[in-house]
Amino acid sequence: MATVATAGGAPAPAKPPAKRRSLMGTRPWVAALFLLPALVLLGALVVYPIGYTTWRSLYDAGGARFVGLENYGSVFSDDSTFTALKNTAIWVAVAPALATGLGLIFAVLTERVSWGTAFKLIVFMPMVISMLAAGIIFRLVYDADPSRGVANAVIVGVHDTFAASSAYPGAKPRPGGDITATSGGSYTTKSTAQPGTPVALPLIGIPAAKLPAGTQDAKTASGSGLTGTVWLDFAPGGGGKPGVVDQGEEALKGVEVQAVKGGKVVATAKSAADGTFSLPASAAGAQLRLPSSNFAQPYSGVDWLGPSLVTPAIIGSYIWMWAGFAMVLIAAGLAGVPRELMEAARVDGANEWQVFRKVTVPLLAPVLIVVLVTLMINVMKVFDLVYIIAPQPSQPAANVLALQLYVSSFGGGNNQGLGSAIGVILLLLVIPVMAFNIRRLRRERRR
Amino acid sequence: MRTSSRRTRRVIIGAVAAATLTAAAAGCGGSGNDNKTGGGSSASSGSGSVTLPSLNGQKLEVAAVWTGPEQKNFLKVINEFEKRTGASVSFVPTGDNVSTFLGSKIEGGQPPDVAFLPQVGVLRQFAAKGWLKPVDSSVQAQLDKNFSKGWVDLGAYQGKQYGVYAKAANKSLVWYNTSAFETAGLSSTPTTWADFLKTAQTLFESGTPAVSVGGADGWTLTDWFENIYLSQAGPEKYDQLAAHKIKWTDASVKQALTTLAQLFGNKDLVAGGQSGALNTDFPKSVTQTFTGNPPKAAMVYEGDFVGSFIKDNTTAKVGTNAKVFPFPAVGSGKAPVVSGGDVGVALKSSKGAQAFLTFLASADAAKVWASSGGFVSPNKSLELSAYPDEVSKAIAKALVAAGDDFRFDMSDQAPAAFGGTAGKGEWADLQTFLKNPSDISGTQSKLEADAAKAYAG
Repeated sequence: MATVATAGGAPAPAKPPAKRRSLMGTRPWVAALFLLPALVLLGALVVYPIGYTTWRSLYDAGGARFVGLENYGSVFSDDSTFTALKNTAIWVAVAPALATGLGLIFAVLTERVSWGTAFKLIVFMPMVISMLAAGIIFRLVYDADPSRGVANAVIVGVHDTFAASSAYPGAKPRPGGDITATSGGSYTTKSTAQPGTPVALPLIGIPAAKLPAGTQDAKTASGSGLTGTVWLDFAPGGGGKPGVVDQGEEALKGVEVQAVKGGKVVATAKSAADGTFSLPASAAGAQLRLPSSNFAQPYSGVDWLGPSLVTPAIIGSYIWMWAGFAMVLIAAGLAGVPRELMEAARVDGANEWQVFRKVTVPLLAPVLIVVLVTLMINVMKVFDLVYIIAPQPSQPAANVLALQLYVSSFGGGNNQGLGSAIGVILLLLVIPVMAFNIRRLRRERRR
Repeated sequence: MRTSSRRTRRVIIGAVAAATLTAAAAGCGGSGNDNKTGGGSSASSGSGSVTLPSLNGQKLEVAAVWTGPEQKNFLKVINEFEKRTGASVSFVPTGDNVSTFLGSKIEGGQPPDVAFLPQVGVLRQFAAKGWLKPVDSSVQAQLDKNFSKGWVDLGAYQGKQYGVYAKAANKSLVWYNTSAFETAGLSSTPTTWADFLKTAQTLFESGTPAVSVGGADGWTLTDWFENIYLSQAGPEKYDQLAAHKIKWTDASVKQALTTLAQLFGNKDLVAGGQSGALNTDFPKSVTQTFTGNPPKAAMVYEGDFVGSFIKDNTTAKVGTNAKVFPFPAVGSGKAPVVSGGDVGVALKSSKGAQAFLTFLASADAAKVWASSGGFVSPNKSLELSAYPDEVSKAIAKALVAAGDDFRFDMSDQAPAAFGGTAGKGEWADLQTFLKNPSDISGTQSKLEADAAKAYAG
């Protein structure tokens, strides 16, 4: 391409001047007249706002006091703007590349299947939805509650088929008793178990309504062996003595009890339907431990919208929307690629991957660059998705420049000077990409 | 932002147990220097209590955040005003972000004549920018006649009166699920913070998570803090902190945060633990308290607007399944009364705007407004009989009886960048605190840094 550019550059001054003179030289005012509507529109809608924004960025919040570059100073001394800058950089680096890559794969693959158009239609469909609606959809998809968010529902579903959840999540021994919390979420008795004295292991914090069906009333263990009872030490309606098996208090079935001597588990038992358990005589003198597996909270999935994952999660929703756009443009480019070249490569013995890598992608490079650059510009001003998907507590972590611009100028601070400064910075960041795009377009035209 | 206005604008009162609220009135009532409510002033007799100029053919625009039934109720006030003056008034809904809406209207040179601002901080901000027009003598006369000094002063900035607090809210209420209380064997509601924690512990033991905290919305957390601070540190300190005359690193703030951490820091008492609370927004915090058996929480703190929310979004009946008790007193202090409200201000110096404000400040307007329910007025000349149900009466009585002892929502008094912006300032800092309640001094220094920045700008 470089050779094309220099080759085209040399002869260019020779020919066009003659033509230009004939067009412009005779009636320049006609040309001006024809240009006028466009110039007025451009001036009013593009040049003037840019100029005004730049001018406004030099004034304070009220717009009356000239502050010079102070706004720019506060942009760069502000932590949240830095996060915004960092996140925008992540967005620009990741989102367009992924969307283009996916679009390329879809485009190449749909060419080969008979129902490709249907597939394309489905992939393109998210583009039809507004950013706002897509944001609301993904806010729900990523909801932390597995009964609402489909992402977590899938993860929790898969997890729970492989790992069983505990019987009594969130339960706790009654505080102030003999049992204290020990390492790893387990609870251990302070005293040691002796044969003939039943051990009381009162638990609380379980809703009676959530106990499994067929739960029996708790019984105080009897017998001369090493025994005890695990039960829910809270009767509906209150009442009852803490630590004592009262009438109407329910037994907790299937709780694992370990006998621990010198840090080693010497015996284990599970509580029966009436809450009692018995340990072998060899465990006499051991402390009893309720391992954490009895109380582990159910697996709640991934905190998609927490501060650490919120940006990747939102980028995911962006790709869901824009991969279709990339696919359609690339598929159009693909339609214009001469088939003979691929055929020739195949005849020469290249496998499909080689054809894709060495023939298809290089031929598609101009289209890929157009898509990539368009998406980059688009991503730099991403606002709606972030504003809607990120819940309040993680919005600072998900901040991007466009959102920071909005928050500074309208969302509370009402500092339109500061907002304008961010706007100008955003413009400065977009200009290199635009310049690249324009240069590329020119080069293309010369070819 | 979306939800910030919800708390201040929803003042719909359900059929709440009146007894508990009367207790609130007794608990927080001042020395009763303005206890004329029962005396019946001349204001409520007929349509002659306020004289309005004739405004035939004039057009007025009034902007406020209200939608749905709240808007309908307010339109009745507008209709009455039109009938009396001959002006034609149009209502402009502002959307949820009132200050943004008005800011762009004003910058564009087309402000409405009268607007309702949900935050006192916005009033000060707008007044400082010179966007508001001071009230004239007839408005002032109505204000002096009908409002206690506390409410009048809230509408003033630097000695000039700009606004009329025509609509108020009580934000010191704890709503609870009666069946959860029954299951736990609780027969009485707590009146002190220590009792409150004990109640919460008993609820946890019974298997119901005790308190539902809507931590995904920062404003619910600021309200928690304000109630504790007002009760514990007292109204004077509250005012100083609201004006940022004392720093957030002050010992009183530390004490309040430590108190709050007794609840927030105890995973057993907060529904879903800290991370669960951070994922719960205000609507969910209410619905999860009043749905399911056992419910996901037994109690939820917020203002009187929770009542209407319960009615609209759950099958629970306010007054039967859902009841309310006043926010408990913390330490040796009195039970707090934190309030909110919408202040009417004039954005244009038109005769009509002043006439409308005069009408708003009168007992006549309050009477029309109150008749349809879901509304509480701090207007002390309004007879309590104007309220349609016992609960509104009780809440209004508490509000008026508090005299000047009530305090306005602190975060609403602060500059919006500190007290009213999602993901920034106090909202974000208290969310970080909820995530890690043991880091009290860190929270304080972050609050102070953000406050210093916001109050300076």
